[in-house]
Amino acid sequence: MSGGDEEKVHRTVERVARESYGRLVAYLSVHTQDLAGAEDALSEALLKALAVWPRDGVPQNPEAWLLTTARHSLIDFFRHQRVVVDSEPNLLLLTQNSAENALETNFPDERLKLLFVCAHPAIDPTMHTPLMLQSVLGLDAVRIAGAFLVSPKTMGQRLVRAKTKIRDGGIRFAVPEKRELPQRLDAVLEAIYAAFGIGWDDVAGADQRGRDLAEEAIWLGRVLLEQMPSEPEIQGLVALMLHCEARRTARRDRDGRYIPLSEQDPKLWSLSLLEEAERHLAEAVKFGRPGCFQLEASIQSVHAERVHGGRVEWKAIAQFYAQLIRTSPTIGRRTGYAAAVAEANGAEQGLVVLDSIDRDAVSAYQPYWAVRAHLLQRLGRTAETSDAYDRAIGLAEDPAVREFLLQKRG
Amino acid sequence: MQFALLIYESPEAFASRKSDGNDPYTGAWRAYHKALVEAGVFVAGDPLEVPETGTTIKMKDGKRGVQDGPYADTKEQLGGFTILELPSLEAALEWAARCPAASYGAVEVRPLAPQTRLRITG
Repeated sequence: MSGGDEEKVHRTVERVARESYGRLVAYLSVHTQDLAGAEDALSEALLKALAVWPRDGVPQNPEAWLLTTARHSLIDFFRHQRVVVDSEPNLLLLTQNSAENALETNFPDERLKLLFVCAHPAIDPTMHTPLMLQSVLGLDAVRIAGAFLVSPKTMGQRLVRAKTKIRDGGIRFAVPEKRELPQRLDAVLEAIYAAFGIGWDDVAGADQRGRDLAEEAIWLGRVLLEQMPSEPEIQGLVALMLHCEARRTARRDRDGRYIPLSEQDPKLWSLSLLEEAERHLAEAVKFGRPGCFQLEASIQSVHAERVHGGRVEWKAIAQFYAQLIRTSPTIGRRTGYAAAVAEANGAEQGLVVLDSIDRDAVSAYQPYWAVRAHLLQRLGRTAETSDAYDRAIGLAEDPAVREFLLQKRG
Repeated sequence: MQFALLIYESPEAFASRKSDGNDPYTGAWRAYHKALVEAGVFVAGDPLEVPETGTTIKMKDGKRGVQDGPYADTKEQLGGFTILELPSLEAALEWAARCPAASYGAVEVRPLAPQTRLRITG
């Protein structure tokens, strides 16, 4: 076997893992109620593939091969342990199915159930997103840890703890019933959005953190949408993420300098992503069931008008923010509202909104200070301006944003 | 709980010490310091002189060994420290990520050891 072939096998394993990881883990864990066990079985199967495929050739249906192999190791494990009596019926199901389904490509997609398990109310909310990233997308703990600013060891331990709770806590692998669906779905949406990153509003030099998982979040959003196409808030979330993603390349100039939204060249925005976002938002609105993600997407949609040469309707943006604040007055929304009010009615009015926010709550919130500095500068209040810029610069994490604000501060 | 942010800097960052103070790195540090103080988490801290000014002593087999320069000869060197009062490691890592040195060098977060301090100071 030549080195080239071996590389080909490696690539095939990687591709199958990337495309099918979540589906395989979901299918296996739904039948055993054991997420960690399913993941272990699948990684074992992937390792086996790397050993066997170069010798015997890549099977015609790699996904089915992995499923069968993982299933066997799960069955072996259960027989060995003989402890989990409860899982006997599931085990039986797993065994029975294996014969007739092994060669079928279309085993049911159970990722929806898995998403609901990851964002279950019995699980620590801060672990919802990491669990999804690991079990649905197969991201390793090191990468997840980096994005969430914790040490890899700590993240690994927390993931193990959460999975133990899923197994031993009697958490059902099921789509919630209608009665509890709205709340449960919210948790799933929040978790996906948390992966996407916060502070995307892009107000004059506000920090954007956690961007490194944006693509993964969009992937998760698409998975969810595929499974529940008639939930307007899912459409809204996907529209929101796609709108922001469409501007990715316009956020930096050739030298890596930060460019705020208002100064971005709309010609650099991805038209295909923008159009896709608009399609989802239009679909969502048809249901006549508004929600926060639809509102957030609507704000981005107003910004996107510039792509057709239109002006930004700041009054509309301010209205959307006001609606969001009525649902839940987070600092982020109030800051966004202030920025929109300033554009619509003048910097002074915007400042009034900012002044109404409790100072203690914003002592470490960068976007507040970025907007404040921007408005004070426009009003010519020099001394306060540089003070606010200092706070915004000091709280910035992104060196390009820091640089941008230093320049504006002068 | 108190945490030390140990600031590791590159030779380029150390070189900025010679500037007139209007360079972006120093400007970012001024802003960062202000943000720490205004947020009420700053306890203490100081920059250190450049690594070349260090002298390292190590007793070996009862003999004095003196070495010019810092203890470890690495590209990035300890350039200062900041002590912060914060509720958790999570919060300390948030602040470390905002430290200008994190973008150009590295910042190590370590909890202070008050128990060990007591054993020494009594």
